Amino acid sequence: MYSESSTIAAISTSMSEAGIGIVRMSGEDAFEIADRIYRGKNNKRLSGQKSHTIHYGYIEEDGETIDEVLVMLMRGPRTFTGEDTVEINCHGGVYVLQRVLEACLRGGARPAQPGEFTKRAFLNGKLDLSQAEAVIDVIQSRNDYALKSSVSQLRGSVKKKVSDIRAKILYHTAFIESALDDPEHISIDGYSRTLEKDVRELLDSLRKLLDSADNGRIMKEGIQTVIVGKPNAGKSSILNMLLGEERAIVTDIAGTTRDILQEHMNLHGISLNIVDTAGIRRTDDQVEKIGVDRALSQAEGADLIICVVDSSLPLDENDRKIFQFIAQKKSIILLNKSDLERRTGEEEIRQMCREQDMEEPPVISVSAKEEEGMEELEQAVKEMFYHGDISFNSEVYITNARQKHALDSARQGLERVLESIRMDMPEDFYSIDLMDAYESLGTITGETVGEDLVNEIFSKFCMGK
Amino acid sequence: MKFSVNSVWENKDTYDVAVIGAGHAGCEAALACARLGFKTIVFTVSVDSIALMPCNPNIGGTSKGHLVREVDALGGEMGKVIDRAFIQSKMLNKSKGPAVHSLRAQADKALYSRTMRQVLEDQENLDIKQAEVVNILTEENAGRKRVTGVQLYSGAVFRCRAAILCTGTYLKARCIYGDVSTNTGPNGLQAANHLTECLKELGIKMYRFKTGTPARIDKNTVDFSRMEEQKGDERVVPFSFTTDPDSIQKEQVSCWLTYTNERTHDIIRKNLDRSPLFSGMIEGTGPRYCPSIEDKVVKFADKSRHQVFIEPEGLETNEMYIGGMSSSLPEDVQYEMYRSVPGLENARIVRNAYAIEYDCIDARQLLPTLEFRTVDGLFSGGQFNGSSGYEEAAAQGLLAGINAARRLQGKEGIVLDRSEAYIGVLVDDLVTKESHEPYRMMTSRAEYRLLLRQDNADQRLTKKGYEIGLIDKERYERLLEKERLIREETDRLKRTYVGTTEEVQGLLAEHGSTPLTSGSDLAELIRRPELSYEILAPVDKERPAFPPDLREEVQEQVNINIKYEGYISRQKKQVEQFRKMENKKIPEDIDYDKVKSLRIEAVQKLKQYRPVSVGQASRISGVSPADISVLLVYMEQLRR
Repeated sequence: MYSESSTIAAISTSMSEAGIGIVRMSGEDAFEIADRIYRGKNNKRLSGQKSHTIHYGYIEEDGETIDEVLVMLMRGPRTFTGEDTVEINCHGGVYVLQRVLEACLRGGARPAQPGEFTKRAFLNGKLDLSQAEAVIDVIQSRNDYALKSSVSQLRGSVKKKVSDIRAKILYHTAFIESALDDPEHISIDGYSRTLEKDVRELLDSLRKLLDSADNGRIMKEGIQTVIVGKPNAGKSSILNMLLGEERAIVTDIAGTTRDILQEHMNLHGISLNIVDTAGIRRTDDQVEKIGVDRALSQAEGADLIICVVDSSLPLDENDRKIFQFIAQKKSIILLNKSDLERRTGEEEIRQMCREQDMEEPPVISVSAKEEEGMEELEQAVKEMFYHGDISFNSEVYITNARQKHALDSARQGLERVLESIRMDMPEDFYSIDLMDAYESLGTITGETVGEDLVNEIFSKFCMGK
Repeated sequence: MKFSVNSVWENKDTYDVAVIGAGHAGCEAALACARLGFKTIVFTVSVDSIALMPCNPNIGGTSKGHLVREVDALGGEMGKVIDRAFIQSKMLNKSKGPAVHSLRAQADKALYSRTMRQVLEDQENLDIKQAEVVNILTEENAGRKRVTGVQLYSGAVFRCRAAILCTGTYLKARCIYGDVSTNTGPNGLQAANHLTECLKELGIKMYRFKTGTPARIDKNTVDFSRMEEQKGDERVVPFSFTTDPDSIQKEQVSCWLTYTNERTHDIIRKNLDRSPLFSGMIEGTGPRYCPSIEDKVVKFADKSRHQVFIEPEGLETNEMYIGGMSSSLPEDVQYEMYRSVPGLENARIVRNAYAIEYDCIDARQLLPTLEFRTVDGLFSGGQFNGSSGYEEAAAQGLLAGINAARRLQGKEGIVLDRSEAYIGVLVDDLVTKESHEPYRMMTSRAEYRLLLRQDNADQRLTKKGYEIGLIDKERYERLLEKERLIREETDRLKRTYVGTTEEVQGLLAEHGSTPLTSGSDLAELIRRPELSYEILAPVDKERPAFPPDLREEVQEQVNINIKYEGYISRQKKQVEQFRKMENKKIPEDIDYDKVKSLRIEAVQKLKQYRPVSVGQASRISGVSPADISVLLVYMEQLRR
C-alpha cells in the first residue's frame, strides 16, 4: 500500500555513463534496509554505526555482488529530508545503479514518487518557506513528466498483459465478494481449487513480465527520437532506411501514415527509440487530423527530432509551421530526395532557422530511395550524444524500477493467496490479497481502484433480493 | 405557499430539535436527541407507520448486520427492537471468516413497528406529531443560514434550533406498475409533496432515485410442498449486546425457497414493452444490488432460473413477501409471472409489486457529521441521503441525531472514520463519492473489514457511545471488564506451553492435526485451521473460569484474535497510515485558487466538495496523489 511515511529510494544522480552514481534512501527503515543488502568487513551492521560516517563494502543480492560501494549513513534530523538517510555511492553506469536501486526496493523500500525527497524535506521543516512554491512546482511538473513517460513508454504488449491479469484478478475477487455478500444466491464452496489453478497461471504471467523487465523489455528505453515532416516528405522511407527493413508502408500518396509507428534500434551502441509520425499539415480529414495531433504531441516529448524536408520542393507554409514547432528542440534536418532536382538547399534551411530563432541544427542531404546519407546521419547522432546535446530520458529507468516494484508486490500478493488457500483460510481472506495485487498492477497502467470491484460484482453476477 | 397566511399559527411549546420522518432513521435520530436531554419532536405523515418496513421483512444480513451491531454499540435502538420482534434468525456466512459473519433476522413487521413506536412514546423529552412538514425556517446571520423552526402543511410553525431530515422515500413519491402510477409513498401512504421546493430554495441540490418491491401473497394460497424449507439457526444470537441470549431462544418460523423457470422468463420477456422501466415511464435504471426480476432476466439472459424466497411478514398476518421478484410489470403480468413459479400456481396477490420514485439529495452537500455545509443546524439521514436499507438508515439517523445534539451542546461533531466502523465507511462514501443509485452497504466496501467485525462492534464503539452519553456506566464497565479478560487470556495462551504428551498428541490426531515434534504454546496451536480455542480445552489445564455472562464473548474474541493475528496486525498497520492522512485537517477557509500548481480538475473538485481532511480529499475522484502532495506542502506553508 502506498504510504506517505514509508522509506523511499531513488537514483539521485543523473543517469549517464558518469564515474559514480548515488542511490539514496530516506525514511525510518533506511538503515535496516541497507543492512539487508550491504556486506562490509567483519560483517559489521550499518544500523549500529555512528551517524554521518562512511563505510566501505559491497551491495549483494542472493550472494552475488552487484557493486563495490561507499555507504554514507546520516541519521535524522540532520539530513536533507530530516529523516534517516542512506546514500550508496556506486560505480557509475546505468545498469549498476538500477540494480542497486532494485536491491533497495526488494529490501523493503518503495520507489520515491517524483519530487518526494524535496517534499519530505519541506514537510519536515528542512527547507524554508520561500522554497515552498518551488517544491510544489517540482512535485507537479515531475509528476506530469513521470506520468507521461510511464504511460507513453510502457510497451503496448506489456500494458495489455498487465490489464489482462488485472481483469482476471478482479473477476475472481468479484465472484468471491458477490458470494460473501449474497451467500444464499451464490455459493463458493470448492472455489478455492479453481482459484488456485488460475492464480498459479497468473503468477506465471507475472514472473514472465518480471523477467522481461530485467531484460529491459518493459519500457521503451533509449533516446526518444521522433521523425517529423510534412506529408510525403519521405519520413516513413527514412525510418525504413534506418531500420534496414520495410517497416512502414510507403506510397506516393501524401498522408499515408495516419498514426504513429515506433521502432527500437541500436546505433553504434546508442539506443534509439524511433517514432514515425503522420505528416504535419493543415487538414480537414478527421482521421488524418488525429494523426497530426499525435505527431505533435510525440514531438513535444522527444529527446531528438529528425525533421525531414523534401528538397525537391521549395519550403512552404507547412514546413514553416513545423520549424516553428521544433524550434526549441534538439534536431537534425534531413534534406531528402537528394536524387531529384534540388529546389531547397542548406542555405534555405539556415534562413528558416534564423527566422524561427532556432539554434542551427546539423543539415544532411539524404536519399532514402538510393539509401544515401545514412552514414552522415549516424555520425551526426553520435556526435550530438557524445557532446551531451542529447541524453537518455532517465525517468524511463526510474519508471522501470517503479513498474518492477509494482509487479513484484503483485506477485507477493498472489503468493499470499496461494498460502491462504494452502492454509485452508476462509475465502474472504483471499480477496484481501487479490485486491492488493490488483492495486499494485494498477499503478503500472496508471489506473486506480475506485469503484472497480463493486461495478464488477454488479455487472458479472446476479445479486439477489 | 400551500396554506393561507392567515392560518399561520406559532406553537408556543419550544423544542430543541425537530425530526422530520419517523422511519428507521427518524426513530434513531429522535431517540438520540431526546436521550441526550434535548426537547425533541418527531413528525410523521402517519403515526401508524412509525418504523414501518415497507419492503423486505428482515433486519440485518451481510454488512447490514454489522451496521445494526454498531448502532447498538453506540446506544441506538434497532438491535434491541429486532431482538424482541424477530420470528427467525440466522448467522450468514458461518463457514467463512469472522469478518463476514452476518446476522439476519426475519421480523414480525407489525410487532417491530409497534415495539419501536412504544419506545418512542415512552421516551422522556420526545413528542410525536402526525403532520407533513412543508418548510424549514431559517434566518441568515453574517452570511450563514441557521435553522429556526419548521412549518407544517396546516401553516403551524414549530420553533426549534436544529432539524433532522429523515424523509425516506416519501418526498414527491410516485409508485408505478405497468401504466398505473399514483402519487403516493410506499404502501399507498401519503407522499410529502411540498418540502422539496423549500429545500431547493435553501440551495440544496436534489436527485431523483428509484427502487422497487415485490408482491405480497396470501399464505393460504401457497403450496409449500413444492418448495425447500429454510429454517432459522438452532441457537439464536442476539443483535444487541445488551440482550441475554437465553432470553430470546424461541420457536421460529420458516422461509421457503423456490425458483423461477424458463416459462417465467418467457412471460417477462414477452411483456417487457409494458414495463414502465423499459417503456421510459421511469427513467434510468434501478439499483443494481436489488434488480427487479425483469432486470435479472434481461441482464443475465443465460441463467435459466433465479431463486425466490417466500418469507412471512409476521405472525399475525397471512401475507408473505416474494424475495427476489420485485417488479413493476403490469398487474396481469404479475399474476401470470408469479403463478408460473412452483408452489405459487394458485397464489393470490394481496399487494401488487411496484417501483417507487422519490426525491433525495446529493449527499456530498453534507459534512461527515451529516450536517448540511450551507445551513447550520440542518442535518439529514437515511434514504433521503441517497442510501437504501433500514439498517443504513438507522445508522445515519443515529449519527445525525447525536451530532444535532452535540451542536446544541456546543461540542465538536462525532465523525467515525473508515477504520472504525461500517457506519464510517457508509457516511464517508455518501459524502465523498458520486452515486447514481441508492447506496447499499457491502462488506467489500470496507477496506479494513477484518477489524470491523460484527462480533467486536462493542469494543470498537461502546466507549464512544459512553462518551457521547448514550451508553450507561454499567454497560461501559462491563465492556472494560470484557476487554481485560480478553487481553489477559490472549497473553496467557501465548505463554502457556504444552509438551508432546500422549494426551496432546491424541487430541491433535483426533482432529486430523499434525503431531507435535517439540513443545508449543497454545496460541500456536489455536492458529492451526483445524483447531480452535474450544477444541484445545482438554489440554489447557489452567484455563480460567469466566463470569457466565461474558464467557462466550470472551472466548470468541480470544479465538479470533489469535487465529487471524497476522492478517489483523497487517490491517492495523494500514490503518495507522490511513489515520495519518485522516488526521490532517484542511483549514475550513482554504482558498484552493491560491494553491499554485494544483491541476484545474482538482481545484474544481476540491472547491465543490470541500473535504474536511487530506484523507477525504484523496478519495475524491479527479484528485491525484500529486495534487495531495501539493496540498500537503501548501498546508505546511500556511501553518508556518
